[in-house]
Amino acid sequence: MQGNSIGFWILAALCVLAAVQVVANRNPVRSALALVGVMCCLSVFYFAQGAEFVGAVQLIVYAGAIMVLFLFVIMLLNLGAPTPMMDRVGLSKPVALLASSALLGCLAFAGALKMAPGRAVKAPLPGTVQEIGYALFDPGRPWLFAFELTSVLLLVGVVGAVVLAQRRSD
Amino acid sequence: MVIPNLSLGPFHLVDLLPYVALVTILGVILLMTPFLVWYERVALALIQDRLGPNRVGPRGLLQAFADGIKLFLKEDIRPSAIDATIYYAAPVLMMIPALAACAVLPVADLRIDMGGGRIESIPFVVGNVNIGILYLLGLTSLQVYGIVLAGWASNNKYSLMGGLRSSAQTISYELSMTMAVLTGVLISGSTNMVEIVRSQAGTVADWNIAKFLPLGFIATVVYLIAMVAETNRAPFDLPEAESELVAGFHTEYSSMKFAMFFMCEYASMLVISGVATALWFGGWNSPHPALNFVPGFVWFILKVVAFVMVYVWVRATLPRLRYDALMALGWKRLLPIALAALVLTATWDAVRTPADKKSGWPVIEAPHDADKPAPRAPNAR
Repeated sequence: MQGNSIGFWILAALCVLAAVQVVANRNPVRSALALVGVMCCLSVFYFAQGAEFVGAVQLIVYAGAIMVLFLFVIMLLNLGAPTPMMDRVGLSKPVALLASSALLGCLAFAGALKMAPGRAVKAPLPGTVQEIGYALFDPGRPWLFAFELTSVLLLVGVVGAVVLAQRRSD
Repeated sequence: MVIPNLSLGPFHLVDLLPYVALVTILGVILLMTPFLVWYERVALALIQDRLGPNRVGPRGLLQAFADGIKLFLKEDIRPSAIDATIYYAAPVLMMIPALAACAVLPVADLRIDMGGGRIESIPFVVGNVNIGILYLLGLTSLQVYGIVLAGWASNNKYSLMGGLRSSAQTISYELSMTMAVLTGVLISGSTNMVEIVRSQAGTVADWNIAKFLPLGFIATVVYLIAMVAETNRAPFDLPEAESELVAGFHTEYSSMKFAMFFMCEYASMLVISGVATALWFGGWNSPHPALNFVPGFVWFILKVVAFVMVYVWVRATLPRLRYDALMALGWKRLLPIALAALVLTATWDAVRTPADKKSGWPVIEAPHDADKPAPRAPNAR
């Protein structure tokens, strides 16, 4: 076993542990913190794969900005342990179980395909700023349009939030 | 000044340089803290026409050490209603990003004789990472967790207010800071800290602050304001405003845990001054070729010390901002200015770069690392 894959398994264990904590912990602040842990693990995965730019952006955007806002809101509302009011719909549990096991099955299938001998990724994906710039802004490639569409989607979300916040209750 | 590539057992000096840099930079930053505290107190006293510390040691120089010993020996008070794990983790969580950020600080460019008359410039830096500046931005954005969690875990309303203020403030000013940093990256044409500093070699006019006049200068000013806010120093020290919040997020902390917050403030002050030096003020480069006989690290240290002086000066001069004024400054003034500077710099840069005749896109030079694959030409599919 190479040093790289030892590091991968340690990190993977940490990441899964933190991910379980996100849903299992009853304290909202702690589960938000566990999510920060997952983000940091993901970022290290990206770094290990040579996608340094993606890793750094993951750290800046998710761990550094979005999760801080999450924590901010949780602390501002001073949420304690949740009251058992989530199970109002009796169907939600079996549906959630079915959906998550289907997702797990898909992931395991994909993982088994990737792990099969001879299917390993040969070279680390290029993740430098230049490479991403070429991939995005090269006129010969279609990614720029999808990228701009995504940013329009985000803009719609922002406008929607403003509209909702401005609605008076009178 | 050429340094021979000393052979130390199976290793050469070049191989060991990152480790030497790690030990030196970490050591200097941690050991500088007492002197910084002393310096700040003396300078504040001078500005406020007081005497300042002058009892312990020559000119009061040992005062900070005495304070340190006092903090070590103080009782470690554990409030009863805390969230213990997070309460104890918070000072550590704040310290880790502050110290980890040293890893990409380019301190000096050493000219090393590789043997056979071949002289190479090797940067004195722990990790010469391709995305150094993004790594720094990531770490500074993680530093807020220490403050927020300290405030929340203390289970004290003043602490919580301090933590909330800190998270709001850091997010607001991080945007302006990132925009200013991106302007610097555009000017230098690299996200690698060493390359950024190397691109500023020459005279003062080659420093990023003087390039793209006045855009570089504007971005520098935005960065300098945002950097004071990021380190939670006066006049942006609302998370620990003693006139309103007792001591803010560290109200419930005593003994060494308080000392860690204290050290952290000075460590991040030094680190972020180092970043400002490297990004805008030429890093290790001398202001004029005639002064090149002074080694690079001396210039770097001089510039960082100048920034620390500015920090103290600003603290002594300006009153603390009101909270709404703080938010208005961040969102309504700094952010639009920083965005405008970024867009104008990008436009300027695109206009002066010759366009490719076929695609109409600006021609971008290939990265000059030989071991990297050459970028694909436009339209190559």
